[in-house]
Amino acid sequence: MKIEFYLNNEKKKIDIEASIRLLDVLREDFGLTSVKEGCGEGECGACVVLVNGKAMNSCMIPAGSIIGKSIVTLEGYKNTDRYKAIETGFMEAGSVQCGFCTPGFVMATESLLNQNPNPTDEEIKEGLSGNLCRCTGYNMIIQGVRLAIRKGAGLW
Amino acid sequence: MKESISKSILRVDSRKKIKGEAKYISDWKFKNLLFAKTVRSIKAKAKILSIELPKIPAGFYVIDKNDVPGVNRMHTVVSDHPIFAEDDVQYIGQPILIVVGPDREIIYSIASQIKIQYQEERTLFSLEEAEERSTVFTDYHYKKGKPEKAFQHAKLLIEDEFSTGYQEHVYLEPQGIAAEFKKGTLFVYGSMQCPFYVKNALLDTMNLPDNKIRVVQTVTGGAFGGKEEFPSLTACHVAIAAHKTHHPVMMIYDRSEDILCSTKRHPSKVRYKAAIDENDQVIALDIDVILNAGAYNGLSPVVLQRGIFSATNVYNIPHLNVRGRNFMTNSVPSGAYRGFGAPQTIFSIEMLFYNIAVKLGIDPLEYKMRHLLKKNDPTCTGGQIHEEVKLPEIIKKVIGKSDYYNKLKTNKKYHGIGISLFLHGCGFTGKGESVISGKIILNKNKDIVTLKVSSVEMGQGAETSLRKIVAYTLEIPIENVVCEKVDTGLIPDSGPTVASRTTMIVGGLLRQTALEMKERWNKAEILDVSKSYKHPDYLHWDDNKFHGDAYPVYSWGANVAEVEIDPITYELTIKKIDAVYDVGVPIDERTLKGQIEGGIAQGIGWATIEVMELENGKLKQSNLTDYKVPTSMDVPEINCCFISNPYEFGPFGAKCAGELPFVGAPPAVAEAVANALKKPINHLPITPERLMEIDNEN
Ligand code: FES
Ligand code: FES
Repeated sequence: MKIEFYLNNEKKKIDIEASIRLLDVLREDFGLTSVKEGCGEGECGACVVLVNGKAMNSCMIPAGSIIGKSIVTLEGYKNTDRYKAIETGFMEAGSVQCGFCTPGFVMATESLLNQNPNPTDEEIKEGLSGNLCRCTGYNMIIQGVRLAIRKGAGLW
Repeated sequence: MKESISKSILRVDSRKKIKGEAKYISDWKFKNLLFAKTVRSIKAKAKILSIELPKIPAGFYVIDKNDVPGVNRMHTVVSDHPIFAEDDVQYIGQPILIVVGPDREIIYSIASQIKIQYQEERTLFSLEEAEERSTVFTDYHYKKGKPEKAFQHAKLLIEDEFSTGYQEHVYLEPQGIAAEFKKGTLFVYGSMQCPFYVKNALLDTMNLPDNKIRVVQTVTGGAFGGKEEFPSLTACHVAIAAHKTHHPVMMIYDRSEDILCSTKRHPSKVRYKAAIDENDQVIALDIDVILNAGAYNGLSPVVLQRGIFSATNVYNIPHLNVRGRNFMTNSVPSGAYRGFGAPQTIFSIEMLFYNIAVKLGIDPLEYKMRHLLKKNDPTCTGGQIHEEVKLPEIIKKVIGKSDYYNKLKTNKKYHGIGISLFLHGCGFTGKGESVISGKIILNKNKDIVTLKVSSVEMGQGAETSLRKIVAYTLEIPIENVVCEKVDTGLIPDSGPTVASRTTMIVGGLLRQTALEMKERWNKAEILDVSKSYKHPDYLHWDDNKFHGDAYPVYSWGANVAEVEIDPITYELTIKKIDAVYDVGVPIDERTLKGQIEGGIAQGIGWATIEVMELENGKLKQSNLTDYKVPTSMDVPEINCCFISNPYEFGPFGAKCAGELPFVGAPPAVAEAVANALKKPINHLPITPERLMEIDNEN
């Protein structure tokens, strides 16, 4: 099946089986390895990418369903000012340990702040509850998001 | 530069990870790479009668026991696990063979067409049955004082039994490993804690000389003990495949395969008999610890050792009779997991003391405090507590922070508060550190200093802490201190990254070495200084009698947990954890806080929602949909702080910290639940179903 979509703001065309997971397309066909596989069943959020601006688990998306859509991975997102604010927030709050969950959390944070630039702690917890982290216990990630909001005032 | 070592700095590895640029093994690229898939036993115990292969297309391979160049056993403490099954299988998930080739779809199709005929044999699953049929792998004893006499003279005898379940590590990056031969040298790359364990396993199984094997650790996405011994097995699989196919071979587990066959925390049963004198004091304990080791013993004996040496926790009990056994069952092998046997026994004794206090009508914390160890007291194995025990200060702080007594008085039913006291022995058990005698090298080249150590960064912050120790000692910027790649061809064996030993033992060696380098700093442009670990002279240990100092020093702590139980659904909410620790001196407060919060979260998971059970030898939980770990919604507010108690032989006074927070949280939560229901809690995990049962029983 021929599929046309936008990847990190560039138009792409590929010929691929419609049932292949978006996760595999991104990692294998485009070499975008910031997208991680932690479970392959929609439970961990390590594979989160933005689909038309919203965080989604790429392991649960068949390639056939992305026709015409915009997909953004961390490789594209990391050049933005919003990313810089999240990076600083995460570094200063100690939000990162093994890092395997981190790209997913960055993308989920973008999606959360895009919808709600001023979330409460409860709303942050809820917004990130689809992402698992086994190392940090989450509180230091939530503080990282808080810090990002402060550093990136006006960006969302 | 003269700032306190504890003042936090930015982690050296975080920017790359946030950017998504860190390369985990599944992100690596190899030319002409083949993939591998393991075919596993679907029977819990059986003879293999025949294996029938479909037609194997060109370029694809089936690799099994006949392809092993050396010993078909995984090298570890007890080397009993076959690399590939021989004539029989002992658990569901045991590797029998692997299918290797360039296309994953075709590999899966070949694997699904392989027909294995089994003759089933009598199985054995539960600890109860194992005890009945006495399938003992390891049976340990130790004694202190005169327990028989103490029991005869006791005013009161109390018996109690505790049990705990499996726990899966759920490191977010599943197991992954790759191997290739380059000019006759075998290179193995992967996610691991212990590159030299992997190398030793390859030496046995590949039958290659020492200088023909190199093991390279790749960025490791969490481990928690789950990548301590297990990667030795998968490393042998891919190495044998690379040897046979002359191609690089990579094996990445998906989550369900990982859960099916990787090691777990040992399910346990701990039985106590307590002798109590006329002053209500516990004067003797008879302790019986049993662990489910699974189908192979592997690393379980040393897990059991830490378990039984932690079974009296922070209490000074004059007379002891302690037995510990590992049992064989036809289930997935248990192995290393943060805490290493201690979480099971420390949960048990904390609840024992709570239960006794309630029975005697004494305030539980006060009762525990009557038994506290002090400096110069004998340890349970007849060694000595060499350091100042600052538990009274720790307790004072934690009850102040949490308003413990006030809440204890005013709490209504279904609201509870509980306190745990705990310790963790730093570094390897017994003679472990002297046997390994970890070696490190510091290399100076003009103004750049390179650390050569085999301790790995696996998320815990080792790279930051170790570089910081050296930079602060030499008084140079941390940017000028770098770590050599973790490649066994380039670094000495400083021991594995386990047992909370990295900061204290390896960091301690680095500190001494850096001090020596500092003295010679201006004498040479290029300079190598190296050191090997020597156990301090004041320590004595008899490995046959289990007598003496099981650990050089301990870290200590207290946790207060507050919980609320829904009276209708029995859903348990942990509202807050207050925690105070003595880890000597923190090397980096934020990094340490990361260990504390993450350790507490895992401990809470084990104590409450992480349910893993066997049904006829098969794990009922096969993915992260069935096996729930805490999410951001489950982890409460955690307030932690540290008191200072420098350890003479630790770098800047630091002791151990990685496992300690895991050990402390479960008993605090369990005690809070017991307090909320006014019923004993003798089993983990505490599920809503169990709470409902407990609340409704008379
Ligand atoms: S890999 Fe997609 S949610 Fe876990
Ligand atoms: S940092 Fe390791 S899983 Fe989140």
